[in-house]
Amino acid sequence: MQRARRSILPHPFLTFVLIVVWCLLAGGISLGTVVFGTILGLLIPQVTAAYWPDAPRRVHPVKITLYVLLVLWDILIANIEVAWIVLTKKNRDMRSIWVTIPLELRTPEAIAILAGTITLTPGTVTADMSDEGHCLLIHALNADDADAVRDDIKNRYERRLKEIFE
Amino acid sequence: MTLTDLIEIVIAVALVIGAVFTLIGSVGLMKLDTAMKRMHAPTKAATLGIGALLMASMIHSFAFGSGSLKEVLIMAFLFVTAPISANFIAKVAIHRGQDVPPPSPPNDQTWSTLNPLDEAIDDPELPTRS
Amino acid sequence: MIAPDRLYDLALVFAFCAVSLAQLLAMVRLVIGPDVTDRILALDTMVVDAIGLIVLLGIAQGTEIYFEAALIFAMLGFVSTVAYARFILRGDIIE
Repeated sequence: MQRARRSILPHPFLTFVLIVVWCLLAGGISLGTVVFGTILGLLIPQVTAAYWPDAPRRVHPVKITLYVLLVLWDILIANIEVAWIVLTKKNRDMRSIWVTIPLELRTPEAIAILAGTITLTPGTVTADMSDEGHCLLIHALNADDADAVRDDIKNRYERRLKEIFE
Repeated sequence: MTLTDLIEIVIAVALVIGAVFTLIGSVGLMKLDTAMKRMHAPTKAATLGIGALLMASMIHSFAFGSGSLKEVLIMAFLFVTAPISANFIAKVAIHRGQDVPPPSPPNDQTWSTLNPLDEAIDDPELPTRS
Repeated sequence: MIAPDRLYDLALVFAFCAVSLAQLLAMVRLVIGPDVTDRILALDTMVVDAIGLIVLLGIAQGTEIYFEAALIFAMLGFVSTVAYARFILRGDIIE
């Protein structure tokens, strides 16, 4: 049973997203768009299966929603902060530093989400990853203390992502 | 004050916020002095600004037109791709030595962009370090 | 107090001016940018600003026919930024 489900629906969430995107693109929910969206949602995961050999992980839907809301709120608040820094601070007063973050996360999906979160929350951009994938390189626009930035990111985002994915 | 007036005010506020953030993104792009600093302004402020403009467009279409959620697609696409393109541009900046060299990672050999294997592939004609 | 109708028009005009100015500033950075990095960044910003202008045009004319243009701009902009960056990084786009 489980195996039959795997072969028809290898990635249920991707199928769902594809149906929703197709309905949005077609501009309305009707029988035609849903049926065609379902066809696409069944075909595309089959065709692209070679590119994600590992089975998709189960994630906690409530926790990931809460995480997305937290990140959206942070984007809003921190964008205002950075806008203020950009407009009022002089270039020579700005202390931009490199920060390295040793990662506790090991799943590629979680690391990708963490890197995206760091880039979207202003003040920090994810610049690179170490060659073995144990460490992230971050550039902070205006920060006095690299350790404070690192601890903030570890406590605020990485801990939550660890709960969600591992 | 009718409901239409109220909706128009909401759209106007969203438009102004979006436009201001987009402008700040470009002002940052002009004003800041190193490539890595410049990266901060447009990738985030501009993305948020366009998000607000799309929100205004969505409210507008629901209030005065047939209503569409298509803008959500553009918004989601921009928010998903902005970090990826920022990451790629940052890699280019590191690769071309645009900023002070980053510190070496505490528990690995080096950063993947600076990995010697990558450097070997590069065309020797291209000046990689300024 | 300005009538809301007028306020809305003013906001639209202001948004057009601000986004166009942003586009112009990005273009200046594209021309003067001391390094390839700045040019890629400026191009990326210009694509995002162009999407903003298209969306504003859609609001001003009250149509939705520009939506597809904006979406295609978003996709092409992303792909071209990544392709450009990858070309600089590896000297090749598809290995």
